[in-house]
Amino acid sequence: MAVSVERVPTEVVVPTKAFVPDPYLDLDTYEADADLMTLSLGPQHPSTHGVFRVVLYLDGEIIVKAVPHCGYLHRGVEKLCEKLSYSNITPILDKNDYVSPMLNEQAANMAFEKLMGIEVPLRARYLRTLIAELQRIASHLLWLGTFAMDLGGALGGGTSVFMFCFRERELILDLFEELTGCRFHYNTHHVGGNRHDIPPQWPAMVHQALDTIEARLDAYLSMLEHPIFIDRTKGVGTIDAQLALELGLSGPLLRASGVDHDLRRDAPYGVYDLLDVKVAVDGGGDCYARYKVRLAEIRESIRLSRLLVDNVPAGPLSATKPLNMVTQFKATTGQVYVGVETPRGELGTWLIASKDKPTSPYRFKIRPPSLHAAAAVPYVFPGHTLSDAIAILGSLDPIMGEVDR
Amino acid sequence: MITNPWLNGLVFGAVLVTVLMTLVALITWFERKFAGRIQSRMGPTIVGPFGLFQPLADAVKAMQKESIIPRNADKFLFRLAPPLTIAFALGTAAVIPFAPGLLGSDLDIGVLYALAFSGLLAFPTWVAGWASNNKYALLGGMRMVAQGISYEIPMVLAALVPVVLAGSLSMGEIVKAQVQGGWFIATPVGLVACLLFLTTALAEGNRIPFDIPEAESELVAGPTTEYNAIGWSIFAASEYAHSVVTSGIAATLFLGGWDGWWRLPPVLWMALKTTVVFLLITWVRWSLLRLRSDQLMALCWKYLVPGALLLVLVAGIQVSVRG
Repeated sequence: MAVSVERVPTEVVVPTKAFVPDPYLDLDTYEADADLMTLSLGPQHPSTHGVFRVVLYLDGEIIVKAVPHCGYLHRGVEKLCEKLSYSNITPILDKNDYVSPMLNEQAANMAFEKLMGIEVPLRARYLRTLIAELQRIASHLLWLGTFAMDLGGALGGGTSVFMFCFRERELILDLFEELTGCRFHYNTHHVGGNRHDIPPQWPAMVHQALDTIEARLDAYLSMLEHPIFIDRTKGVGTIDAQLALELGLSGPLLRASGVDHDLRRDAPYGVYDLLDVKVAVDGGGDCYARYKVRLAEIRESIRLSRLLVDNVPAGPLSATKPLNMVTQFKATTGQVYVGVETPRGELGTWLIASKDKPTSPYRFKIRPPSLHAAAAVPYVFPGHTLSDAIAILGSLDPIMGEVDR
Repeated sequence: MITNPWLNGLVFGAVLVTVLMTLVALITWFERKFAGRIQSRMGPTIVGPFGLFQPLADAVKAMQKESIIPRNADKFLFRLAPPLTIAFALGTAAVIPFAPGLLGSDLDIGVLYALAFSGLLAFPTWVAGWASNNKYALLGGMRMVAQGISYEIPMVLAALVPVVLAGSLSMGEIVKAQVQGGWFIATPVGLVACLLFLTTALAEGNRIPFDIPEAESELVAGPTTEYNAIGWSIFAASEYAHSVVTSGIAATLFLGGWDGWWRLPPVLWMALKTTVVFLLITWVRWSLLRLRSDQLMALCWKYLVPGALLLVLVAGIQVSVRG
């Protein structure tokens, strides 16, 4: 695991027209006598991670062109949020990136607080950062499991890794259940702070869970790190830094393409300004680099969580009273943008307040990192085989709840 | 003994198929339990003691389901593929000696027959993939043909090593040679040949890391995508039957067949060895990932075929030096 974690000074890449396979290839100009097969991969397919659909044009098994279609999971979340009061929006957002709900909640509530000028107490900021890091571990574990399953099939070695990853992820969910009473849709953040305080036995539980995860991580990585895995991932689905920036990729995908960018360090929120976040960067740009970056992030999150859980200060947990009154939180003017580093990248929330309806946002826009990851599909798929396409899609890790909203 | 060879064959065949299918049912339970333990879960526990009757419950469930044939499928071929698969998988077992004299037919060319029949398995899989009129199934069928044909060559070459060492193509003679001269797996050439044979058997039997035709995460279920109910069950059962039979062939060719050194009956020795080989295959299956099809081909033609040729050469030299 020799991922360099020290900051590499990268020159600012000016996005120009990068050399990429043409996703808008006119198929009529493709070898006229080639027998192309159109394969509609998804929306009902075991490896599209939800209801993602890619129309593939195959020449034999080589992909010539890939056209992604999303929207099968569109629920109109943004519009819905414009009708809800600020205090009622949080539980809706849990369902967006359903692999890391805690960060969805945090992103929206940070935007609300910024809009209303509410200062969050230090204890709440610590707790938010801690659960964000724990959620990152859980999310990356889920990714690792499903990625292994993409490579290894539902009945084979991949499933073994999948089961192990879910077993470890379960420990984090147990922690969240202890803290909030819920295993998944927590609704623990609210405007001004957090709803649930740390139970007395919780820090010890966190340490125990982290120790278990760290110990077992090495054990089941030995199942993954063998020549077959490296053959399947190395040099597959390469995204160079320029293309990554042009596509607006963020998070592990951007860092795996060699761009040293992490909101936790570069635009700190919560208590990240008090922490020394080591950002994992890998210049490979392929599936293997993405795997290594995410693995390094799991380890880094374990380290940060240990630091955080030992240092949570005493004090109030919220600047406001969580009464859930519709009229409690009001904003009449202004617009804000808040970016949060989720396990998938920069989750942005853009808000506009209006005088007409002060209790709910006038416009609520979510910038999901997964949407940009899914947008990379037409650029990286062509030239690869169908098997590689599944590996690439797995490594891009788009969460459809977030892409379609 | 029945003197009429036709009647003899019929009776023995009926008994063999019954016993083998029971064994297959048992071995699916065994694999599921084994996989469960690998993945830190229980495996089947509900039906019967230790979940032993789970295969039975599954079969009954599959039989009760409605068999759906896609509208545009080639209905004749679609129905033909499952019985063909199980026929080829079980037919291979006819030449495996389970005990001295206890085998369907001691053909002079038993090894050739076994490999030819096991190689035929690619054919019904391709038929299923073609007849389904489904793109995933078609891709899976094509992959199966490519893989089946390619891996046939190193498999035959690996099986040639015990043939050269024993000086006979008859399965019975090969076992007898091992009873007299020691199991072939104990010799360096035999050990390498055994490993090579098992590797190619994984590819022939469509098992991880070579289960590229099925490839659930890519092709949904490969050639069997459109199959359901009993048709699908037959495919699943024939995959297991093929694995069991291949394990039996490997046990016969390299592990000394029914030969044993303790007072167990030869049939039990044979069963034990087959189980050990199957366990190995299962272990590999639940701990490795899948290769890509071009990597699979490269592995076959660049490494396995030349290696197997070299192995046959070494075995030939060994035999001629010993006289």
